[in-house]
Amino acid sequence: MPRRNDIHKILILGSGPIVIGQAAEFDYSGVQACKVLKDEGYEVVLVNSNPATIMTDPEFADATYVEPLLPGPVAAVIERERPDALLPTLGGQTALNLAKALHEDGSLERFGVELIGADYDAIARAEDRDLFRQTMERAGLRMPRSAIATSVDEALAALGDVGLPCIVRPAFTLGGRGGGIARTEEDYRRVVARGLAASPIGQVLLDESVLGWGEFELEVMRDHNDNVVIVCSIENVDPMGVHTGDSVTVAPQQTLTDRLYQRLRDQAIAVIRAVGVETGGSNVQFAVDPVSEEILVIEMNPRVSRSSALASKATGFPIAKIAARLAVGYALEEIPNDITKVTPASFEPTIDYVVVKWPRFAFEKFPGVSSDLTTHMKSVGEAMAIGRTFQQAFAKALRSRELDSSTAFSELDADALLTALERPAADRYDVMLEAFRKGATVEAVHERCGVDPWFLRELRELALDPDAPFRGERSYKAVDTCAAEFEARTPYFYSGWERRAAHEIEKGDRSSVIILGSGPNRIGQGIEFDYCCVHAAMTVRDAGRDAVMINCNPETVSTDYDTSDRLYFEPLTLEDVLGVVDVERPEGVIVQFGGQTPLKLAAGLQAAGVPLLGTSPEAIDLAEDRGRFGALLDRLGYQAPPYATAHSVEEALRCGSKVGYPLLVRPSYVLGGRAMEIVYSDDGLRDYLVRNAGSNGNGREIFLDRFLENAIEVDVDALCDGEDVWIGGIMQHVEEAGIHSGDSACVLPPHSLGHQMLDRIREHTAGIARGLGVVGLLNVQYAVLGGELYVIEANPRASRTIPFVSKAIGIPLAKIACRVMLGARLRDLDLPAEPMRADHVSVKEAVLPFDRFEGADAVLGPEMRSTGEVMGVARDFPTAFAKAQAAAGAALPAGGTAFVTVTDSDKPGAVAIAQTLHDLGFRIVATRGTAEAIERMGIPAERINKVGEGSPHVVDWIERGDVDLVVNTPTGSGARSDGWEIRRAAVTRGIPCLTTLSGGLAAARAIAAARSGEPAVTSLQELHGRAARAGAAT
Amino acid sequence: MGAYVLLEDGTRFDGEACGADAHATGEVVFTTGMSGYQESMTDPSFARQLITFTYPHVGNYGASAEAMESDRVWARAAIMRAAVNREDAPGAERGWLDWLRDCGVPAITGVDTRALVRHIRSAGAMRGGVFPERISEAEARELIAAEPSMVGLDLAREVTPPELTVVGDGDVRIAAIDTGIKSSIVRNLVQRGATVELHPCTATAAEVVASAPDAVFLANGPGDPAALGYVVDTLRELIGPRPVFGICLGHQLLSRAVGLETFKLPFGHRGANHPVKDLETGRIEITSQNHGFAVVGPGGARTVDADEPVRWSTDFGEARLSHVNLYDRTVEGLTLLDVAGGTVQYHPEAGPGPNDSLYLFDRFLDQIRRAAA
Ligand SMILES: Nc1ncnc2c1ncn2[C@@H]1O[C@H](COP(=O)(O)OP(=O)(O)O)[C@@H](O)[C@H]1O
Ligand SMILES: Nc1ncnc2c1ncn2[C@@H]1O[C@H](COP(=O)(O)OP(=O)(O)O)[C@@H](O)[C@H]1O
Ligand SMILES: [Mg+2]
Ligand SMILES: [Mg+2]
Repeated sequence: MPRRNDIHKILILGSGPIVIGQAAEFDYSGVQACKVLKDEGYEVVLVNSNPATIMTDPEFADATYVEPLLPGPVAAVIERERPDALLPTLGGQTALNLAKALHEDGSLERFGVELIGADYDAIARAEDRDLFRQTMERAGLRMPRSAIATSVDEALAALGDVGLPCIVRPAFTLGGRGGGIARTEEDYRRVVARGLAASPIGQVLLDESVLGWGEFELEVMRDHNDNVVIVCSIENVDPMGVHTGDSVTVAPQQTLTDRLYQRLRDQAIAVIRAVGVETGGSNVQFAVDPVSEEILVIEMNPRVSRSSALASKATGFPIAKIAARLAVGYALEEIPNDITKVTPASFEPTIDYVVVKWPRFAFEKFPGVSSDLTTHMKSVGEAMAIGRTFQQAFAKALRSRELDSSTAFSELDADALLTALERPAADRYDVMLEAFRKGATVEAVHERCGVDPWFLRELRELALDPDAPFRGERSYKAVDTCAAEFEARTPYFYSGWERRAAHEIEKGDRSSVIILGSGPNRIGQGIEFDYCCVHAAMTVRDAGRDAVMINCNPETVSTDYDTSDRLYFEPLTLEDVLGVVDVERPEGVIVQFGGQTPLKLAAGLQAAGVPLLGTSPEAIDLAEDRGRFGALLDRLGYQAPPYATAHSVEEALRCGSKVGYPLLVRPSYVLGGRAMEIVYSDDGLRDYLVRNAGSNGNGREIFLDRFLENAIEVDVDALCDGEDVWIGGIMQHVEEAGIHSGDSACVLPPHSLGHQMLDRIREHTAGIARGLGVVGLLNVQYAVLGGELYVIEANPRASRTIPFVSKAIGIPLAKIACRVMLGARLRDLDLPAEPMRADHVSVKEAVLPFDRFEGADAVLGPEMRSTGEVMGVARDFPTAFAKAQAAAGAALPAGGTAFVTVTDSDKPGAVAIAQTLHDLGFRIVATRGTAEAIERMGIPAERINKVGEGSPHVVDWIERGDVDLVVNTPTGSGARSDGWEIRRAAVTRGIPCLTTLSGGLAAARAIAAARSGEPAVTSLQELHGRAARAGAAT
Repeated sequence: MGAYVLLEDGTRFDGEACGADAHATGEVVFTTGMSGYQESMTDPSFARQLITFTYPHVGNYGASAEAMESDRVWARAAIMRAAVNREDAPGAERGWLDWLRDCGVPAITGVDTRALVRHIRSAGAMRGGVFPERISEAEARELIAAEPSMVGLDLAREVTPPELTVVGDGDVRIAAIDTGIKSSIVRNLVQRGATVELHPCTATAAEVVASAPDAVFLANGPGDPAALGYVVDTLRELIGPRPVFGICLGHQLLSRAVGLETFKLPFGHRGANHPVKDLETGRIEITSQNHGFAVVGPGGARTVDADEPVRWSTDFGEARLSHVNLYDRTVEGLTLLDVAGGTVQYHPEAGPGPNDSLYLFDRFLDQIRRAAA
């Protein structure tokens, strides 16, 4: 059956902010779906709260709503847009759960919206662990023995038949959040309780453990003719027990005999039929005992997933694109295979290379958090590598991880290393390779970690001779879905090493521009940079050149072969990039859009004589070298916070007092504010230096800045063509300076900086842009204190806020920057004089992963910790802020009990917050000091115990659910301090917890605004239309 | 030790010798299946062929008896990118390379198999060989030249058993003309309650039906169907009285028996991922493929554009084209309508490959039982 003509308008749900377990892969799949459905002539309505996505670019849908992914707002969109159908399978678990909710609350029926892709029952059968189990049993498939519990007692009763160790899995959570492995009975109580709390339906599944079995995933697609194909098999190198998202995985499967693999294939097909996913892709996970050849079904996801994105990139088979076509009526055989053009999509890709995926972790940012890997996902990103052999792919994947600090185990002997392997942790393969170097045998390693000997033999060879896989010549080969059986049309390449180079690259006569991507997502460098790279590719193509993309992140839109003219799936190291430059001979290379990753290569590329487009490496160095940058500011007559650079503890202490406390201290070499701290005295400084002695080995520089307390932080994104400067956006942070710009909420346009100040900011920014000689983008961070303007730093590259600003003002900054880098002049691009005079306010809020990391302090600081961001748009600041909070997952309460406890210096401010909340009818509870301060101003406040003062204390209150809002400003993040306990409890129970006064005040005002009912929803297209009109009016 | 692959057109690819210390010549072909290397090597249809495995790692799970598709290796050599032995793999009874050595089969690894495959894809399957370095290219060229080309080659006689053997003891008796039958075909028939007679391919019609079998089965096998006129003649005597079924070469032979031509594909179909459409039900199966020749459609065209069953009349009444390959739209199966009979070009028995089409064996046996009753 061809295209359905009975539906015209289709609603697509995105997956919202980047969180652990739900990352850029859903932007990739969403973009593909939007493209396909528009090509098919459907009207597309999109809802996604994440501004950093390509899918939310206005041109990808007919109506784009950057609104919270919650039943209320989405129902409002439905009521307004009246779509005929909802496609819920492309926005991850978020979209699936949301679709379920909209069905259950009757919204879909009320507005006559049909679920396409997966219907309600299919979703329920796959997502409700109990239903799923019954479904599997009916289909004659086996699962681990298990029990369901909705209380700890029920769980204890079930212990008998599941036994220990036991896998505890909360129903309906993402990436296994809140689950875990219980080895002892008290573990068991703890993990079950945590799981019950994490599950939106208060249900946990208790599974018989098959720890140590092989873990396999199959990506399945089915059409409404019931034709089913397996797109890809993925083998987890890590055995069962390490979440697939945290496992190193390989495609295709390596260790199963054909007989056994075909049994898996048969079962995967049986699963998708039994669950009844009528069209589209699903991911089925299996546990396989290699010896008894027993197969157990672990789970299935009735939607595109992280693994399906990986499978698409690994095979060249675009699962999301095809899923979207299937959802609107096409059959697999009616859809051509993009890559061969001549063959239909109703086939199974076969590959003639090996793909390895590596997770990227961020434990270094969460002191006190264990880096052990278990059944709930902890990685924040991933890198993929393709090679002709497993060793090539694995070694390339190692390079692709781009670890800031490489782990050294020189002091550990083979035995110690082997012991370390018994508990899988983030660095397990580094440990393993070291163990092999120190003489460990394959048998011994297998003993300890259960990884299949096939992999271990390969890894041992790699450890002993890391160069072996790369002997011979680099040879660029194509990814073609068919192992060269047919001619490939889609230029998607990887480097393999062969005896003789046999490149398969076919170039036209257009000159090419290479865009360097940003590598694996990590905290501080995420999807925002991929967004910019994709915009660069679009612009380069529009400019009549071939856009050539180099990146190694399988989640992203940039690594969709549709995005560029040629895609090289390669690590972003100098050597690998130069390899591509060699065969491409590009007109130029763009290093400005991929964050720090490509920027770090700029000097090396220039040294190798590679032409770089845009801002020169000299200018980059001028901005990054504090001495030279300081001199530039002096010359311009701009202020920066007093600072000094020290190379030893003594020197630091000497400068410390000269610069003046409080000080912001950090080692020179780290990014994203790593290891940055605020110290208030010599003792504090000494303590910091001692603690970080390890990380800043002797001679390493230490930066000391005067810390500007309670300053307003401002972020500016600007364009410069070397002469003219154009200010895209001035963002005022909600939290004061001291909270990393990536973690603080910000508002555009600024709501409380006077006109003179804004003018000074513009003038400073222009001065710096010209002073540095920026050609392209510039981001400047300022602190405003007591009417003074201080420059904190300038980054001559795309910043994290580019997508947010572009969406807020309706002008694609990255694209314009790229045109400038290709030679255009700003003055020829007729940009509005004043982009921000739109009649709406945009708020960006950060989304933090504290709830994924047991033991992490949920407090904000100068070191960035957020994984993602959301955007709230409204006519006024409070409403926009409220939307942003809701979208970030911490919907503000309309009323109830507010708990306030703040440091003495914050008490005056706290009173103002208490006042507003009181007027809103909140019951105010506070710890003694704060309560007194509040009562002194005649506001009733109940006193409750600090943790130290005995139960029932504040944490009990929070855990009992008697608190609806927490305002707590930290008294220096002493681990396990009261504040720590409070924030921890709030985060675990999902209660909004504001750790700054400014945040608290904004929240109070937002709650007031929310009183006027569900805020209106507006599409970006409407907003930008208005903005343009407003612009034209001036 | 160094070794190399040389093709008749002079193209050379270097690698290292593994497996038996010998050289081999024959037709160089490639298979795109990602697993099932041992099944392929022991499949009689690969007689006189050197198999290039497009998947780089071969040998990952060693070798075992259950993976044998006949009692010996028929392929002449294995051409690989990254061969491993894996004697310690769970379920392995022997390491892959040890096993090749035991079987006296030369092999080569470290070859840029993708470059080789791309060459064959554009130049077509051709004669060639695998040679240890000590053999000079000049000698090698002569050895290759001495190889007959596949076209017109009767290889059935090379692989067929010397005399009749009988397998299983089920309620239905199937007489198979053994032009190189795979064990998994026999296994699938026997599992479903068949007694299978394996006749030498030179058996006369009288010999084949001597024991009054309930059906005749035409096996897979190597070589050019056009060279098997004698089997086709036998076949023409057998069609009618009892159901006739065939797989692969058997399909080509039945097609010739009902008047269709066969032709050599440029580089054949060998792999486990070809989509085949059943023109009657519209269903698509992912199939296991292994053939270098194919059947010309009833209209005389090598490809079938029609998407519904094509009917035409033959010496044995009406016939219907039942299956088509969605990759290149070549003929994949036919059904005889007035007499019981049907064939498929692909391999429903898998071994290696997907099990999507196993149901054909059930259908086959049901038909026999119905016909018998
Ligand atoms: N019964 C089990 N025994 C051992 N490990 C298990 C078991 N069930 C799941 N796991 C591990 O937990 C991980 C997460 O489980 P899964 O069901 O896939 O949840 P999620 O929805 O988070 O993917 C799996 O990848 C697997 O490694
Ligand atoms: N002198 C200062 N006074 C107050 N806060 C500061 C100062 N310097 C930096 N910060 C805070 O630290 C954060 C990170 O510092 P920054 O120089 O931007 O490092 P990064 O390179 O990680 O962005 C800033 O966003 C700001 O909130
Ligand atoms: Mg899973
Ligand atoms: Mg910064």
